[in-house]
Amino acid sequence: MNAASQFLSQAELTEIARKIRVSIVSMLTAAGSGHTAGALGMVEIFTSLYFDRAKIDPSNPSWPDRDYILLSAGHTCPVLYATLAEKGFFDKKELDTFRDINTRLQGHPHLHSLPGIEITSGALGQGLSQAVGMALGLQLDQKDNRVYCIMSDGEQQEGQTWEAYMYAGDHSLSNLTAFIDRNHIQIGGNSNNVLPLNRLSEMIRSFGWETITIDGHSFSALHSAMDRAEQHEQPTAIICETTPGKGVSFIESDFEWHGKPPSEEELQRALEELGVQS
Amino acid sequence: MTKEKRTTRDGFGEALVEAARKDPHIVALTADLRESMRLDGFAEQFPNRFFEIGVAEENMVGIAAGLALTGKTPVTCSYAVFNPQNTMGPIRSSVCYSKTNVKIIGGHAGISTGPDGATHQALEDIAMMRTLPNMIVVVPADYHEAKKATQAILDYHGPAYLRIGKYLTQPVSDENTEFKLGKATILREGNTVAIIACGTMVAEAIKAADQLETHNVSTEVLNMHTIKPIDRFSILELAGHVQLIVTIEEHQITGGLGSAVAEVLAELPQHPPLHRIGMLDQFGESGPSDALLKKYGLTADAIVDLALSKI
Repeated sequence: MNAASQFLSQAELTEIARKIRVSIVSMLTAAGSGHTAGALGMVEIFTSLYFDRAKIDPSNPSWPDRDYILLSAGHTCPVLYATLAEKGFFDKKELDTFRDINTRLQGHPHLHSLPGIEITSGALGQGLSQAVGMALGLQLDQKDNRVYCIMSDGEQQEGQTWEAYMYAGDHSLSNLTAFIDRNHIQIGGNSNNVLPLNRLSEMIRSFGWETITIDGHSFSALHSAMDRAEQHEQPTAIICETTPGKGVSFIESDFEWHGKPPSEEELQRALEELGVQS
Repeated sequence: MTKEKRTTRDGFGEALVEAARKDPHIVALTADLRESMRLDGFAEQFPNRFFEIGVAEENMVGIAAGLALTGKTPVTCSYAVFNPQNTMGPIRSSVCYSKTNVKIIGGHAGISTGPDGATHQALEDIAMMRTLPNMIVVVPADYHEAKKATQAILDYHGPAYLRIGKYLTQPVSDENTEFKLGKATILREGNTVAIIACGTMVAEAIKAADQLETHNVSTEVLNMHTIKPIDRFSILELAGHVQLIVTIEEHQITGGLGSAVAEVLAELPQHPPLHRIGMLDQFGESGPSDALLKKYGLTADAIVDLALSKI
């Protein structure tokens, strides 16, 4: 049913993450537009969820007993699409149609376009509310599936996000886990220069959540944080400190890479760094 | 037909309870307006299916979308100035684009909301919802029609906006009146003037038709309870046999019922002139409901004066 039950080794997960990064940079260059830095920085989070943790079945995307993985920060969808393809939800060849006319791989994810997508996202701040709704719906049906909502740090600036934190904390939605990609950049620059989020963990805790801050590129840290989240009686936010552009040296930690794709030449350099023989 | 005046919000609240008894998937959400939106009955009878979200309308719509994605039929309830007017973003992306089966109930709509003043009088909500793909828009005229409209939007699978109010409306229908989404109801037949109305203005349209008959002006009255999808057939049929068409609504004259009718007529090679009665690009103010309706020209008298001056 699910690769998670096979307990992949660290080396195997690392190899999957490498392949996902290769897909991400390739599809972005093919598209000629899109968001590179955030997508590359979130690869370990997605690899962990889809290959190490969540109950999902690529051959049955609407399996009622699946865990729900929601990407709220829709602009980082290359990592979602590349992960879904790697997991077998659709053929990897289709990744090159990203953002093109008549594609199922819309510039920001659309619920009904592609198997494996759980919510439409792109307008920031709308994901966590929907995750709360799903968590409530599953509780009403007395089901034990979990809901995972992946957010960017930039969308912590949206008011709706905090409305959702408040509700989930007050209602002890323990079947809900949020991931925050804390990469410290957003479209207008470093978060510190836009609107700093220096007290993020403290703020989320004050809304009734448990928080765990980890290295978002460490599979073991992600694994144990998700173990701990399952034990909590409150919802848990896993704040993942990440390097935007992770894995490609000239893209790392530069906010200019928030919303642009690699050129053909940059792609070749990126692929070399990612161990692809030309 | 009983003469008792009742509100559309009462019709909504009662119909929701009746529907929820039959359909366990129905859940209700509110943003701290439980009593005002007539949800006390639902909350008492179905406590597990009732969600008090607090004063957070965007979150309410988002949670509703999530509930819909787990198979529920969520009904989100607040004043129309807050839902849909504060929730346009989540409605557009999490509801309409995602085609989640979320119902948007906008209460206290229109200037007849009265003393609360302009901040609480939704007058642009029909226009906002009408432009969204996958959304349908329903404006019931009285208590009984609100009950039927509520059942109809719950039977319909997909995003729906129901506009209701707290104004005590004169009945224009009873429990036996037929109601079909997207199909206007003919309340009077005539061949000189046609009045197309929705919501609270339907009763005014009937009064106007009665007055016009005393001037020997044969008047047809159409209750256009569904603004989207608009009943093109009924409009085209009217256009073929009257000399003047008047629309009236408790809404800006741009973007609402009048505009929807104009869009249909404009495609014809020729058609009778259309005059739209509504709010003239302006906000309301505080005051008793009837005094406000009179001040802003949303009355039978206003229709009659206009019709007599144009034919």
